[in-house]
Amino acid sequence: MSETVTGRGGSEEASREETVNETQSERVSYLRAGHTLRSWFFTTDHKRIALLYLISVTFFFFIGGMAAGLMRTDLLTPQGDVLSNEGYNRAFTLHGVIMVWFFLIPSIPNVFGNFLIPLMIGARDLAFPRLNLLSWYIYWIGGLFTLWVLLAGGVDTGWTFYTPLSSMFANGNVVMAAAAVFVVGFSSILTGLNFIVTIHTLRAPGMTWGRLPLFVWSHYATSVILVLATPVLTVTLALIVAERLFGLGIFDPALGGDPLLYQHLFWFYSHPAVYIMVLPAMAVVSELVAAAARKPVFGYWFIVFSSLGIAAVGFLVWAHHMFVSGMSMYVGAVFSFLSLVVAVPSGIKVYNWTATLWKGHISLDPPFLFAMGFIGLFVVGGLTGLILAMLALDVHVHDTYFVVAHFHYIMVGGTVSAFFGALHFWWPKMTGRMFSIGWGRLTALFIFFGFNMTFFPQFILGYLGMPRRYHVYDPQFQVLHVLSSAGSTILGFAYLFPFAYLLYALRYGKPSGDNPWEATGLEWTVPSPPPKHNFDEIPVVTREPYDYEVEKEGGA
Amino acid sequence: MSDFIQIWPGQASDYAHSVDLLILALTGLIIALSAPVFILIVYFAVKYRRGHKADRQHPMNRNVWLETSWALIPFFLILVFYVWSTGLYFDLHQPPANAMEVQVVAKRWMWKFQHPGGQGEINELHVPVGEPIRLNMISQDVIHSLFLPALRIKQDVLPERYTSLWFSADKPGTYRLACAEFCGTDHSLMGGSLVVQTQADYAAWLEQFATDNTLAAQGAGLFRTLGCSGCHESGSTRRAPSIHGLYGRPVALSDGSTVVADAQYIRDSILLPNAQVTAGYPPIMPTFKDVVDEEGLVRLVAYIQSLGSASPVLPQGVAAGTLAPQNLAPEGTAP
Amino acid sequence: MTRSGLVEEPFSDPEQQRRAALFGMTIFLATEILLFGGIFAALIFYQAAHREIFVETSRELHIWIATGNTVVLLTSSLFAALAVAAAKAGNGKATGWLLGVTAALGLAFLGLKGWEYALEYGEGLLPLAGGDAKLGEPGKRLFMDLYLMATGLHAVHVTIGVCLLLFIAARIATRATRMPEQATTIEVSTLYWHLIDVIWVFLFPALYLVR
Repeated sequence: MSETVTGRGGSEEASREETVNETQSERVSYLRAGHTLRSWFFTTDHKRIALLYLISVTFFFFIGGMAAGLMRTDLLTPQGDVLSNEGYNRAFTLHGVIMVWFFLIPSIPNVFGNFLIPLMIGARDLAFPRLNLLSWYIYWIGGLFTLWVLLAGGVDTGWTFYTPLSSMFANGNVVMAAAAVFVVGFSSILTGLNFIVTIHTLRAPGMTWGRLPLFVWSHYATSVILVLATPVLTVTLALIVAERLFGLGIFDPALGGDPLLYQHLFWFYSHPAVYIMVLPAMAVVSELVAAAARKPVFGYWFIVFSSLGIAAVGFLVWAHHMFVSGMSMYVGAVFSFLSLVVAVPSGIKVYNWTATLWKGHISLDPPFLFAMGFIGLFVVGGLTGLILAMLALDVHVHDTYFVVAHFHYIMVGGTVSAFFGALHFWWPKMTGRMFSIGWGRLTALFIFFGFNMTFFPQFILGYLGMPRRYHVYDPQFQVLHVLSSAGSTILGFAYLFPFAYLLYALRYGKPSGDNPWEATGLEWTVPSPPPKHNFDEIPVVTREPYDYEVEKEGGA
Repeated sequence: MSDFIQIWPGQASDYAHSVDLLILALTGLIIALSAPVFILIVYFAVKYRRGHKADRQHPMNRNVWLETSWALIPFFLILVFYVWSTGLYFDLHQPPANAMEVQVVAKRWMWKFQHPGGQGEINELHVPVGEPIRLNMISQDVIHSLFLPALRIKQDVLPERYTSLWFSADKPGTYRLACAEFCGTDHSLMGGSLVVQTQADYAAWLEQFATDNTLAAQGAGLFRTLGCSGCHESGSTRRAPSIHGLYGRPVALSDGSTVVADAQYIRDSILLPNAQVTAGYPPIMPTFKDVVDEEGLVRLVAYIQSLGSASPVLPQGVAAGTLAPQNLAPEGTAP
Repeated sequence: MTRSGLVEEPFSDPEQQRRAALFGMTIFLATEILLFGGIFAALIFYQAAHREIFVETSRELHIWIATGNTVVLLTSSLFAALAVAAAKAGNGKATGWLLGVTAALGLAFLGLKGWEYALEYGEGLLPLAGGDAKLGEPGKRLFMDLYLMATGLHAVHVTIGVCLLLFIAARIATRATRMPEQATTIEVSTLYWHLIDVIWVFLFPALYLVR
């Protein structure tokens, strides 16, 4: 693929040889600061921890993806020939648990947030480097619990652990699965705490709040949610474990306990958790859109406040998951209204990104294709969210494939696209090497089309009345299911491509130079890959964010 | 509707038509709101692509009025739909007073339906066309959810608590009925069918499956065999409050508060007699927790309901018996 | 960059580091409050639903032991505050002793709490196997389940706090931690201790003074 590699990188010693072994900046980079396992596993360097996370979340992404593959294969026929009823239930439970807590929530914050926040604000590391490493270990303790659950036969409660199914009826390793989520929650809390303190105390001189990149702002909003919502999940899961292990029935209806209280507590965490997953994706896209257009972001403050607004209002909409649960209809009306309110800041972001492209110099390199894919899919996911926020419509489509399609548009179409966008955009910064642009573009297109083919039919399935978590279904739904499974095959392969060409680039890619995309931001002023302590001299910031040159007079 | 691929679900009620109209209209708005984004992204990506000559003078970085308007105008448009949809939802939660009541007990993994006339069926629900039906539902184990796609309605079915759902089907036919809330191993098999019949067919069906007693009469039998009548029959009201005319009436409790004696209150009082004790009576009633199951409770409640309601404003009232084809068994005629 | 022994990697001066440490602990305390917030939410929710039986059950608890425990914890917080003052004044020895007394009071709290559990177990009030003879009534058991979860979770926090304080006291004794250079450590850990105290101050009325 060498002809597709753009030559814009390789500022220094662009050697004529096929492979470049080591550039000058690589020799002094964080990657070469110690080669022992110990230097990796006991590192407190935020960049190395980010790479540890990158490998870890990718691992769990593939395990969760395999569970999804199994489900899609099984759903090819109405009677489900691959898995048993029990097996199918365990597959979707693990898919949900792994994807939500071991991939989506940590993906962008813990990999890119970790790597970039100190670089973007001009700091040498996060405020608590050892806490950062601890958070990675806690993640893995939770991860090992999950793998143990997987090997011990799984769990069949669904990722939502609804009582009394989870506390009194489910067979399977409920306690272990809840413990895994319980543990990984502490990892989230520590990361969020670390980010907040870092952003408050370690900004370089001149890096005022108004000069923070939107990536940092959005991660700040994410961290606030992580810190405030996760403990509620922690205690809720502790209550389930207490009920299952010691018979302390807090939600047991036979004692006068209320299973709806569980749902309230669970969604008080899990709805904000949706914003934990999508705000970092918006963070990435804000950077990518500006870099793609090589233009200042349109309406910086509107985007900043929309992130904060989402974080705040996101705490007030949880009961929209419970419109058919038996709540009072007046409560339903209030939460329906608030759910429409929370759509406003998301709308602002989308329109502002579109406006950013206006009169830009738009590049169609892979990271930017992913960003545009994100916008398209997020718009579909977000607007179908409006349908779900409408009470009368939710009554029909609640717990159907419509919901499944909706949140996959946000989580997979949105967050995973942004994750790949970020991976392509900052890969040269992280590794110092440029990957194949052609393959990158191809992958972005394949993911976009594969994704739509997988999940669009599910909107129709949902409206037709196909409930979610169904292993055996009515034969009338088969055609749409086969279409969806076929799309998922394309999507699955497309997810494997970057694995190949990014790793290939590690060894054979051309050196990328410090700023291959000609973007602004402090992270592009340091060598690629950055040296161990990021900045030799803490920079003094004197310029506004995204100060790309724009034409005042004259043509392009 | 083609046989190969179906893209729109069948409709069996007016309500379903309203929901479809709402989603189509809202989809129209959604397309109107998102089309500019899709079109402009593609247009900009072509017109302003890097290296392509174009007029790029005076790009704005902000425009507060523009931004405020694209934040607020869509919101106000959506509020129109909010009012529309909330109205429909409220209708769904206010069953008409004359609705025929069908008792539903869900358990892993089946649906049991009890008609007022005493007919019971499993995983199949027969209802007459054009008649408002109110389902009074409870679960024996975990949370289930009764989903009737052709009517565009669903409602969770909870343990230890009654929830209800009402509809009025206007097209005879057989429609799917499913459990929508994940309930364990055979969740996907916990389905069945809703059979909407003409009045005549429904009457014939009721006739065919008629039992000796209506639901209320079956409850009356239980009332005796369980020994409830010993204390609660009139004549012995010193030890326990009378159940005649109790249904729907406010009851003063020993702690000074008042509750309305609805199905939930009666059920709770059978299972947890000391939780809400009627003022002026000693808390001496034993619990019937392990003695009577959900279906038995449904019968007992139906019996007490049939003994009349003091307050005519409460919709369920005596409706339970009125639609049954047989005569309501006279009070106290135990089998 | 200043690399004096006490300023760690990402920070450039001790004041910045102190601010970060205090701020970090404050955020952590916010998460702790939300953790207990879940239990308080359940308590409030159920108290509304089962008022009578909750009041009745609450009256059976040993309010005098709990009151004593409240006094013990409040006193311990006083000693924790004195430890901070001593640390800032550079008096390492006094800091160590004051932390020790705080931890000892924490242990006294745990001892009293254990005694209370034992009494309740004997009375058949504790929802654990063998100790729940008097919990036949569902609402009563629900209240005691909540009671055990809330106080148990709190006791776990006290235990962690005691270990933390003893650990720091031991480090001061062995001169591994020096005052006043590392007074921030004392400030941060006593903040945690104060929070444990505050949570008890809310738990006490919510469980024992239900009327």
